[in-house]
Amino acid sequence: MNTIEEIQNQIIEEFSMFDDWMNKYEYLIDLGKNLEPLKDGLKKDDFLIKGCQSRVWLVPKFENGRLFLSADSDAIITKGLASLIIRIFDDKTPEEIMNADVFFVEQIGLSQNLSPTRANGLASMIQSIKHYAEAFKTKN
Amino acid sequence: MFDLNKIRNDFPILKEKIYGKNLVYLDNAATTHKPQVVIDAIVEAYTKFNSNIHRGNHFLSEICTQKYEQARQIVQKYINAVSSKEIIFTKGATESINLVANSFASFLNKDDEVIVSAMEHHANLVPWHILSNNKGIKLKIIPMNSNFELDLTQFENLFTAKTKLVSVVHISNTLGTINPIEKIIKTAHSKAVPVLIDAAQSIQHKKIDVQKLNCDFLAFSGHKIYAETGIGVLYGKQSMLEKMSPYQGGGDMIKDVSYNSTEYADLPFKFEAGTSNYVGAYSLGKAIEYVENIGIENIELYEKELFEYAFDKLSKIEGIDIYAASKENRISSLSFNVKGVHHLDIGTMLDKFGIAIRTGTHCTQPLVNSFGQTGTVRASFAFYNTFEEIDFFIESLKKVIEMFK
Repeated sequence: MNTIEEIQNQIIEEFSMFDDWMNKYEYLIDLGKNLEPLKDGLKKDDFLIKGCQSRVWLVPKFENGRLFLSADSDAIITKGLASLIIRIFDDKTPEEIMNADVFFVEQIGLSQNLSPTRANGLASMIQSIKHYAEAFKTKN
Repeated sequence: MFDLNKIRNDFPILKEKIYGKNLVYLDNAATTHKPQVVIDAIVEAYTKFNSNIHRGNHFLSEICTQKYEQARQIVQKYINAVSSKEIIFTKGATESINLVANSFASFLNKDDEVIVSAMEHHANLVPWHILSNNKGIKLKIIPMNSNFELDLTQFENLFTAKTKLVSVVHISNTLGTINPIEKIIKTAHSKAVPVLIDAAQSIQHKKIDVQKLNCDFLAFSGHKIYAETGIGVLYGKQSMLEKMSPYQGGGDMIKDVSYNSTEYADLPFKFEAGTSNYVGAYSLGKAIEYVENIGIENIELYEKELFEYAFDKLSKIEGIDIYAASKENRISSLSFNVKGVHHLDIGTMLDKFGIAIRTGTHCTQPLVNSFGQTGTVRASFAFYNTFEEIDFFIESLKKVIEMFK
């Protein structure tokens, strides 16, 4: 099992193979296309992250003290970002998530474009996951 | 004379490279760029005559006050107001509308009605929602037909004995629809109801003559007509403004103050509390002079050609939905979606080609939702845009659509 830090480093390495922004985006778009869509029943307001220009649903599940995530969006690039976020935080403990330092965004060479703005929902996704982890920890 | 090369040279930002590519700026409805004369004016103001206006009795204050008042006269002439007393400087169109909503509120009672249209910017909705929450006024909405134009027959039916104001947008920032404000104003006046026109998206594209229109109020922002940000105008008929109480209190708007009471200054100062944005006003004067040198009619003609050129090219793309009024009633803002591709994805990728457009609801959420969308892609034009830029935009858009297929 890789740590949050190790997975981010893997992602950074994968993106470093593309020297061109366009290729990096094509990769992100592919990730988005390949993310398994949420079942319609799960696309409900309870899981909707507010304040993004695209709609993002983030569904947490807690099992055996670990957080499991699935997500969807109506925008493909946002979905690609969601797939990276899931890869990083899925199957981790609340402590690991709460203490995690998120550094991959700046280092995959797209930070100028992917800066955690409201529009792409990246910052909101990370914030929501940390909130879920905190809520779970307080409850147990 | 309309010399596009010269015009483009007047706007230094157009030479900027975006990710190493030429900037193609099609977000002019959000804000416009500044010609060198406007940029120079801002520097000149702070270099040569900066001083607070209307109260200093020293040389620079006198010069600065003159420049500020000259700017007011330039605005007055540009929109053909009867008197410079009718020109109130504000932060922008939003503040102008809020000023009316606040000061006009004293004439409004619970259940009184204000009519707005289905295509208002949030700036001409939320101030009335606040009044609705605080005073219990009611909003009535002029509906839009399937042609993205206002339904004027329905408009007539909205009037009741309780109707106190009509507040409508001249040109829609989202759809580019030019609304028939002449008819709207006539209809409202026939029922003795005053009219506020939101000219934020028309002042830079069309000749505005407030006397000919006979509107009671008109609001616009300087930054959308090539001036600095943070300066705007509220035009109000003198008779209306004289009846209204000040919007804010403070320095510069008073004649006489004791501990217990204030005698307000005359128009227009009554509505300009605190230190005004005199440098912004000066830049607005310069921007209007620049526009007048080229000729607003020439600008309108050329921008109409740009719009129709883009419209024709865009409509040939497979799977495109364009949200636009009939040909004679549209200009400047072109909104669309591509079936199966999210507007945000299109905007994100067009940006990588150096193309600046806007996506989302453009501060007209009820309007965009009313035609069943969560957002649109909007390209909006100014007279410094070129047909080549539109070609590049269309070619890039086609590439972007391919990426998401």
